[in-house]
Amino acid sequence: MSVRSLGELIAKPRRAPSAPPLGIKAPPAALQRSQATWLLATAAITLAPHGLWLPVWIYALCALLLTWRGVLLWQGGRSPPHLLLLALSVAAGIGVRVEFGHFFGKDPGVALLALLLGLKLLEARAARDVRAGVLLCLFLQMALFLEDQSMAIAGLALLGTLAALGALAALADPAGSVRAQLRTAAVLLAHGLPFMLVFFLLFPRIQGPLWGLPADAFSARTGLSDTMSPGSISDLGNSTAIAFRAAFAGTPPPPALRYWRGPVLTEFDGRSWTAAPFTEAPAPSYRPDGPRLDYALTLEAHNRRWLLALDYPGEAGPDIRFASDHHALSTRPVQARSRFQLNAYPQARIGIDEPAAVIAAATRLPPGSNPRSRALAARLAEGASSHAEVLERVIAHLRAGRLQYTLRPPLLGRHSADEFLFDTRRGFCEHFASAFAVIMRAAGVPTRIVTGYQGGEVNPIDGYVVVRQSDAHAWAEVWLAGRGWVRVDPTALAAPERIDDGLAAALADGSELPFMLQADLAWLRDLRHRWEAASNAWNQQVLGYNPERQRELLSRLGLERSDVMTMVGALAGLSALVLAGLYVWAMGRTRSRDPLQRTWERFCSRMARSGLGRDPWEGPLAYGERLAAALPEQAEGLRAACATYARLRYGPTARDDGVRELKKLLNEIRLT
Amino acid sequence: MSKPPPGAAAWRRAADRWLFRIGAPETGPIRLGQRRIYVLPTAAGLSFALALLVMLLASINYNLSLGYGLVFLLGGVATASIVHAFRNLLGLAIRAGRCAPAFAGDAVGFRLLVNNPRPTRRPALRLRARGEVSPFALAPAEEAEVLLACPSRVRGPLPIGRTVIETDWPLGLIRAWSVLVPDATCIVYPAPETTPPPLPEHGAGEGRAGPQSRTGDDDFAGLRAHRRADSPRHIAWKALARGGPLLTKQYVAAQGGDVLLDWSALPPELDDERRLSRLTAWILRAEQAGRRYALKLPGGILGPDHGAKHRDRCLRALALFGLRGEPEDAHEGEQ
Repeated sequence: MSVRSLGELIAKPRRAPSAPPLGIKAPPAALQRSQATWLLATAAITLAPHGLWLPVWIYALCALLLTWRGVLLWQGGRSPPHLLLLALSVAAGIGVRVEFGHFFGKDPGVALLALLLGLKLLEARAARDVRAGVLLCLFLQMALFLEDQSMAIAGLALLGTLAALGALAALADPAGSVRAQLRTAAVLLAHGLPFMLVFFLLFPRIQGPLWGLPADAFSARTGLSDTMSPGSISDLGNSTAIAFRAAFAGTPPPPALRYWRGPVLTEFDGRSWTAAPFTEAPAPSYRPDGPRLDYALTLEAHNRRWLLALDYPGEAGPDIRFASDHHALSTRPVQARSRFQLNAYPQARIGIDEPAAVIAAATRLPPGSNPRSRALAARLAEGASSHAEVLERVIAHLRAGRLQYTLRPPLLGRHSADEFLFDTRRGFCEHFASAFAVIMRAAGVPTRIVTGYQGGEVNPIDGYVVVRQSDAHAWAEVWLAGRGWVRVDPTALAAPERIDDGLAAALADGSELPFMLQADLAWLRDLRHRWEAASNAWNQQVLGYNPERQRELLSRLGLERSDVMTMVGALAGLSALVLAGLYVWAMGRTRSRDPLQRTWERFCSRMARSGLGRDPWEGPLAYGERLAAALPEQAEGLRAACATYARLRYGPTARDDGVRELKKLLNEIRLT
Repeated sequence: MSKPPPGAAAWRRAADRWLFRIGAPETGPIRLGQRRIYVLPTAAGLSFALALLVMLLASINYNLSLGYGLVFLLGGVATASIVHAFRNLLGLAIRAGRCAPAFAGDAVGFRLLVNNPRPTRRPALRLRARGEVSPFALAPAEEAEVLLACPSRVRGPLPIGRTVIETDWPLGLIRAWSVLVPDATCIVYPAPETTPPPLPEHGAGEGRAGPQSRTGDDDFAGLRAHRRADSPRHIAWKALARGGPLLTKQYVAAQGGDVLLDWSALPPELDDERRLSRLTAWILRAEQAGRRYALKLPGGILGPDHGAKHRDRCLRALALFGLRGEPEDAHEGEQ
């Protein structure tokens, strides 16, 4: 034995990796494989859906970096040198700059974050790198919502959050099994949910934006535009994307009455129709009369102002304006899915006192265009006594003309109405409406084009009328003295089914339909209805939760003074309640669940209060003897109680009545 | 160990007294109730909160309902982790365990027994005392012995002092801790002189000691009848194999007499601490040489004797020599 051997014996403790040797600052503990794997999984789940929006090369680079990290983990290689990572970062930054042309804004920001995450993964050597990686993942999950807030994305984000929590748990508890780490994450998520609910409902909602949004916050969306040329609406016919939904207070009107009015097009250059300037007013210029329909319109973002209200909208809330050509407008472009309370008077008469300038604009035709249509118009108008009679003759002519309705119209040239009416004879609604308007104008009758949506499908699950981009439609309005603007839908002349049963029914058999619109797949249709009803509920309840809905909820909860103080008070109260619940959970599980043990421990702590606590090494019989010696007047009872406990604990006796017996014995003991 | 500035130490003592209500060492198991567990966010927790704030602002700005949801969910999880961290310490019972003595300058091994009464695991716990950290985890309903190897500088009793048990489980965002002073004191022996002069060769037992008279380990001296306490290594197996009786081989130490280690006989130019160092080194050497020795200090004399128990008693007397508190200990051997 050496001189210092005794000291050395002691000086060889099990020193943990995080405990630095005396006086020396230890390097940060190396990451464990499980910790790095957790982070990799989190990053993979977070980045996967970004592929829908990120530029391809950025996404591919991210995937490459993640795969690289995975290979390093799998084969146990060293992470690449800092210099290489730095060079990669600079290159990625330059690439992003070239791709987007600028650094500031949503899209380049997300791209940079994604690349940064990939590089951070490769660099991750210490716990703080993992924490930084987890925070990056959380930001990127947030960025997903800028593009899509559907249920599927929400589910993915929840999964990503679980993985992120798992990564943090693996950092805090490196000795635990992956299963224990996952369990910790899941329990925490479950305990965080009530807080989330309370805050989601009661946190004062502020209507954004707080600062100027970057220019690219709202990218271009599909939908109607304020011009119409041959083919512009039939393009929309292929899209099954939902344009808006409407929930009617009663039963929805029949399909033939469902004309959702969008931009009104008056100017015609021979090929394209464009909107004429209009004025706005807070109230409609006509007298709404006849039966009234009330409905709530949930409009998807289209980044335009028009509301696509059902013909003809009556007076509504303060954020709704009325154009002089009778379509309804929002005060701001609809940049997020929005809900509007609207009403409609289908039998109202509009534009009876239309100014002469408007009527004159509705009869203009560019000189020299569509000569054959002009000739036809002249023939039809010959000898007619009134505009109404011309209208009847034109309708009769078109009906006899056996024009064909198709989603794939042939391309048209300069004289689009002539070519459609006399040559190709196949067209979509815009061809019908345009040709009709050209003939009518040539015959001297004021006519204009209305674009919008027609029809829509009632979802049997939730009763909403769902209107898709494929329901986009164009029809015509004819101005008749004394009757105002009268709707004429020339498409109905060729394909009346289009109006009653929608696009699918109107197209000739064998024409290609968007997959989802094919009628014969009944089960698919049902599935789609269910999915869309669920999405709608999600949109309405979760995504559509805004300051007004919050006020509504508070007043339903009886909090009439729905100012910020009330909300903060309710928020604090409910959060405290949730926290108290958690606290009770934390306290409750510390006690032993064995009734015998609990009784015994209670007795021991009672004795401890009078200074006779049981030592940890003391058996019940020895303890009983010591108690009996200390409290001679209770000696018998104490001995009996301790002996009973020993018998129940270590003997073969049945427990249940034994515990009652022990309790009785213990209750008889009186402490002076 | 980085030394905090003196002002910090005073603040900490005041905080300990007023905030954590601790002072004198607590005997017996220290049970962590809700009153002595404290929670505060860690640096990681603060940066997490900052990230949540940024995300909340983005949600408001872009009107992201799901953004609100994500922020609130993460905020709720962080809040719940406060309770989880608290619960990870709640109900633990800590008591002082055995502490093996050490020589000044070596590490002292404090042992604390931590009991987990709950039938669930307690991950990621840490004990911290005297600048040292010992991470550990407790299995369901386990009592674990945690070793804290702390540096020692001077001889004498070394109390464990202010001890912290802490955890940042489950997410590292919240640190829950409790401050305690367990009743654990280690004896630190004087550091042995590195190159001491040879043992003083005047007998301790005045004539009782002669050369070759004591048993030792060095030279074979003969055989005697086996006693049950004898080491099996010393059994004369060859004799047994020849069919003889069970015999034990006897050895004697090379130089043999009792040694008197006398404080007052040391050169007068040595100061107290160097005297203690030299005596310590001599005790270890005498013990190693297998000789009996007596330790004579100004207060009394220990021995002569031999063996681990005697050695520890002598070293302890040296460790406590001249210190207030346990002076009577030095007289223990004077019976």
